[in-house]
This record gives sequence, C-alpha cells and structure tokens, in this order.
Amino acid sequence: MKYFKQLLCTLLLLMAFVPAMGRDMSKKATVDIEEILWGHIKDSYEWHITDVGTEGNMHPVVINLPVIVKSSTGWHIFSSGEFAHHAEGDRPGPYSLVIKSAKDKAHPNQIVEKIGNTEVRPLDISITKTVMVLFINAIILLLAILIPARWCKKHKPQDPAPKGFTGLMHMFIMNVHDDVIQPCLREDTPKYAPWLLTCFFFIFFANLMGLVPFPPGGGNLTGNIACTCFLGVSTFLITNFTGTKEYWKEIFWPAVPVWMKCPVPLMPFIELFGIFTKPLALIIRLFANILAGHAIALAFAAIIFIMFGIANSAMVNYMAGTGMSIVSVAMSVFMLILEVLVSYIQALVFTMLSAVFISQAHVKHHEG
Amino acid sequence: MDLLIPSSGLLFWMTLVFLIVFFILRKYGFPVIVKMVNERKEYIDESLRKACEANEKLSNIQKEGESIMQQTREQQAQLLSEATATRDAIVEKAQDKARQEAARMMSDAKIEIEAEKQNAVKGIREQVAEMSVQVAEKILRQHLSSDEKQMELISRLLDNVSSPESNVSK
Repeated sequence: MKYFKQLLCTLLLLMAFVPAMGRDMSKKATVDIEEILWGHIKDSYEWHITDVGTEGNMHPVVINLPVIVKSSTGWHIFSSGEFAHHAEGDRPGPYSLVIKSAKDKAHPNQIVEKIGNTEVRPLDISITKTVMVLFINAIILLLAILIPARWCKKHKPQDPAPKGFTGLMHMFIMNVHDDVIQPCLREDTPKYAPWLLTCFFFIFFANLMGLVPFPPGGGNLTGNIACTCFLGVSTFLITNFTGTKEYWKEIFWPAVPVWMKCPVPLMPFIELFGIFTKPLALIIRLFANILAGHAIALAFAAIIFIMFGIANSAMVNYMAGTGMSIVSVAMSVFMLILEVLVSYIQALVFTMLSAVFISQAHVKHHEG
Repeated sequence: MDLLIPSSGLLFWMTLVFLIVFFILRKYGFPVIVKMVNERKEYIDESLRKACEANEKLSNIQKEGESIMQQTREQQAQLLSEATATRDAIVEKAQDKARQEAARMMSDAKIEIEAEKQNAVKGIREQVAEMSVQVAEKILRQHLSSDEKQMELISRLLDNVSSPESNVSK
C-alpha cells in the first residue's frame, strides 16, 4: 500500500494507451477534433458518453433523452433514440421531424419539422443534455443547501457547532454572504442575499460538475449562453426595476459639466449604454470562461489521440503518442486544478458584480 | 455563431428550474442558515462577554475575599490581644484577691492563734499554780509528817518573826 499512489499514477498513464490499442498503429489516423469539441460544448438531444468497438465498427454509448416538441401536428414526446443514428448528415425521426446536421447553416444540430419542402423549427422544449445537466445541478444545489438548512431547523444556537459538510456549507455561505454581498448592499442585504447566494451556488456547482468527465457531470451548463443569459438578464431586471430615483437621475442627468449633457446628451447616452453593457459583460464573461475551460480540457485530451495517429509508422506513432501523453496528462491536471479555481472565481465575480450593480441602483441621496 | 444564440428550450427550462430552486432556497434555504449562523454568532459573542464579566467578577471576589481575610486577621489579632489583656487583668485581679484573702486569713489565724495561746498559757498557768500548790502541799505534808518537825517549823517561823534579819540571810 506504500506505493499505492505511484502505482495508480503508472496505471493512469498506461491507460493513455488503451484508446490506441483498438486500431492498426501503422496507419495514419484522422481524429475529428472539431466534432469532439463542438459535440461536447454544444447541446445535443442525447447524452453521448463514449464509443466502444474497433475501428470501423464503433457503437456509441448514449443516454437517450426525451424530446418534447410542439409541431404543426401537436405535442410530441418521445425518446431521442427514435431518430436515426448517422454520424454525419440529417437524422430523420418520427412525425416528419429531423435533427439537422451539425454543418447545416440555418439549424445546426436542431430538430426541424419538414412541411413539404420547407423546414420549420417547432416549439422545442426537449430535455436535452444541457437541460438534464441543469436538472442534476438543481438537485445537487437543493441538497447542498437544504441539508445544512435542516440542521439549523433541528438545532438551537446553543448547540455545539456543526461538523463536516454542514459546517463547511455554513462557512461557505457565510463567507459569500458576509464578505461579498454584505459590503456591497449593506442594509438591503436580506432582500437580495437569497437571490445572489442562489446565483453563486448555482454557478459554482454547475462549474464544478462541468469538470467531472462522466455523467452525472461533464455537461456544459454555465458554458452555454442560454444559462448565462438568464442569469445576466435577471440581474439586469432586478437592477433596473428596483432602482431608486437617484439611480435614474444619475443616468439621465449625471453630475458632470452641463456641456457634456445639454446640447448633445453625451453622458446620458453613455450611461444608458452602460445599463446594457453591464449585464452583457456578466453573460459573456461567465460563458466565455467556462467554454474556454472545457475547450482547453478537451484539446489536451485530444492531443493524445492526434499524436497516436500522426504518421504512417507504428514506431513513430507510439513514440509521439507516449511522449505527448505524459505532457498532455500533466497539462490536463494543471488545467483541471486551474479550472477548479476558475469555477470559484467566476461564481464569485458574477455574484460580486451583481451585488455591485444592485447596490449602484440603490444609491441614496448624495451628500455635498 | 449559433453558439452565441440562446436556444429557446434551454432558456425555458433554465428559467423554470432556476426560479423553482430560487423560491425553495429563499423560503427554506439561505435565510434559515444565515439567521442561524448570525444567532450563533450573537450567542457566542454574548457568551464570551458573559465569561469576561464572570472572570472580572471572580477576580473582584478574590480581591474582596483577600481584603476580608486581611480584615479578619486584623480583627483576630486585636481580639487576641484584647483577650490577653483581659486574661492578664483577670489573673492579676485574682492574684490580688487571693493575696488579700491570704493576708486576711493569716491575720485571722494569728489572732486566733494568739487567743488560743493566751488561753493555753492561762490554762497552763492555772494548772501550774494548782500543781505547785499541790506539790507544795505534798512537800509540806512530807515535811510536817512528824511532830518534831512541826515543832521545828513553828519554832523557826517564830524565829523569823522575831528576827527578820536572820530570816533574810537564810
């Protein structure tokens, strides 16, 4: 057991060879990096886990997810397994619905309904991979918060401090509450803290789950623009619908020299523009950071497969593959650790900036 | 470019799920925890303050106790000295009294002894007188047992009466 760690490391390194064993090593291999990368980052109607089998005879291992669409013939709910399995091209399914190819211009990787010769996008609320990840994330979030909350219900303040997970969550929540939200919002804290805390832990858990490379993790929720869009827009709505008179006054009649706002409303225009750029920055920042993290992690993994099939000689392939595997695994480990940090930082930045924006909308009357 | 266009289905689910999670957590999650932790903090602060106060009180009590002890010791010393004085006085007084009594008894005894002595002397004197009378009588009887002797005495007495000078020389 003394050498357990060393043994584990060696085994893990050796596992880099496993994918290479299934094919003829003396031939050049083509790895469709683009397909792997976008296939992971983008949404899909089934949860693709891996492919098994030898070259030329690969079976995908997928979790089929329910498709819910309202086409011209009404509501349809069925498994995504009912669509044909082609690696390339359109995938026809029941009710004249088709999943378009990834290379389609108008609706890549999306369900369309064929009516005659035209393709119409139906109302699509399918439980896609990202929606499934969203559900899992919501359950994890609820458990992670309600378990410590239940402890509070069952205990009095005089009881000894909680240990383990409950204690950790209490500390974590209070850290965000006291060090991020409280300094920004002050007396408004109780009103907005639940929303900001929910945002923080939602983003944090989603980011972390995105780092787990197999189900139930491995989705790309916070790296999806729809998710960050919702969060950003909600911050925008809260900021502007709870804004005080002073907030609007500072936008349309800021305290700058008159020539900057009277004939040509330069400052008001900039300020008004700022209202929209702030949440947009939130949306893009979170989205881009997580997307980049996933892309880099995938790229490092893909390097191994590229290097194992770089040349027409088995010798060169093995040499390049092995050498690059070591570098790639080391880099992946480094990147993963960095991504854990990024998960926390991005959640924190989003929460902190939201708190700052909300507090800016609650400016009290200036003195002097 | 489709990467940057949010899909309506996901947006719908996101809104639904996030709002449900938010409302659950707002009702049962975060405020409960924040309230509890703040209460705990207050309780701990309160406890610390109380402990501090108790500590202060304790040190005060210790000081007080020490002063009381000091006072008590002083009192004790005073009492002891007073007691010693009283004892000495009592002893002195007792001794005095005893001395006086003794003296009185002595004088009484002396008087009595004197009286007894006088009595005794008187008795002795009487007895001696009686005895001497008896002795004299006895001697006289012996001396005058015969007629010649009686006659001799009478003659001598008569001689004495006639010549007192010769009687004196005898």
